Amino acid sequence: MHSFDHITPTTLSEALELLGRNNGTAKVIAGGTDLILQLRNGLQSPDLLVNIKRLEELRGIRYSEDSGLEIGALTTLREIHRSEIVLRHYRCLSDAASRMASEQIRAFATIGGNLCNGSPSADQAAPLLALDASLHLVSREGSRIVPLENFFIGPGLTDLKAGEILQMISVPKPSGKAVFIKHIPRAFMDISVVCVAIRLVLEGNQCLTARVVLGAVAPTPIRAHEAEGILAGSIEPDKIARAAKLAAEASKPIDDAKGSAWYRKRMVETLVARGLASLVE
Amino acid sequence: MKKSVLLNVNGDLQELFIEPHRSLLDVLRNDLGLTGTHRGCDTGNCGACTIHVDGLAMNSCLLLAADYDGSQIITVEGVASNGELHALQKALVEYGGIQCGFCTPGIVMNALALLKDNPAPIESEVRARLSGNLCRCTGYVKIVEAVLSLNRESDLAQV
Repeated sequence: MHSFDHITPTTLSEALELLGRNNGTAKVIAGGTDLILQLRNGLQSPDLLVNIKRLEELRGIRYSEDSGLEIGALTTLREIHRSEIVLRHYRCLSDAASRMASEQIRAFATIGGNLCNGSPSADQAAPLLALDASLHLVSREGSRIVPLENFFIGPGLTDLKAGEILQMISVPKPSGKAVFIKHIPRAFMDISVVCVAIRLVLEGNQCLTARVVLGAVAPTPIRAHEAEGILAGSIEPDKIARAAKLAAEASKPIDDAKGSAWYRKRMVETLVARGLASLVE
Repeated sequence: MKKSVLLNVNGDLQELFIEPHRSLLDVLRNDLGLTGTHRGCDTGNCGACTIHVDGLAMNSCLLLAADYDGSQIITVEGVASNGELHALQKALVEYGGIQCGFCTPGIVMNALALLKDNPAPIESEVRARLSGNLCRCTGYVKIVEAVLSLNRESDLAQV
């Protein structure tokens, strides 16, 4: 492995100063489950690793009925899986965490890392997109809030700038019902071939808000806007099938070892129809 | 540049002077001679390198030792007490849950962590937890039976 220096700051401002001073040559390490493999494979070769695990400012799960949820970027997948707050109010996020990797990996892999790594198959991204999450990014110069939908740029590429750290993820107060479906050939320990997160706000027979999010079937996790559009208004039986078809059309999957593009498109249609039916019942 | 790192490993304080790119797995095996923690895939898939870090089971191949300065580490060498195997280790032997034995240290560490989270798991919970450990000999049946065989009250007092 390429050799690098290593510093463990104890405050956020110290960490931001280090990143700002080592512009572009420093890399943040949180859980490290993705980064360490990238370092070994030569895909990343920083001169300095800034270990952010001691930053209290990036920890904790907070909830209020008025403002919703805040999740510190260092929150582990294990903590999200087991959080009573998340289970009660944002169950799809806990469900997604519970299906990722193994318990050993979930004990140190973080939600912030899952997003900042920018993988199209990041399983925390799909439910967070369905929940209209935003990211709080901080740098030595200041801070900004980015809707998660604008954060992903391409495989491994995000809007996170050199010198910036993801501090926390905020999610609006709970609204409607949501579901997360992960399609993998094995029961556990697999990367999504396709994953789907759907949220519907229903009032009687009327759908007030629809979110249909697809993972692992495009260069980034995506919202299927046309499918969402057709779901608005009264829910009629044929709308589910039409929305599922539109979602499949919105996907742009590739052929790889996990599945062909042809198969993935068909699974998008199947899973979106299944997810919608489960919410409408 | 090398860094000074202090670890508590199986109750002993270890002061190390190491390069920051080195994994905890590498340091345990090559600097501390604790070769019970095994290197399988070195990518976080097989679980042979599972250890406890501050009370949680983790894959030591994906941890940089420098990141865990000040942590409490338990390896499989720290599980037996006074020369006597832990009840889980005895059960694995008794039920034939070990064959070649390569995956066994990782299974022991992950199953102990499961029993700490959930002292009376049902079969599906044992299987879900052990999905983080690959075994190519047993087909898992005997491993799962061994974990389920423990009499929780008495056997786990020593976890």
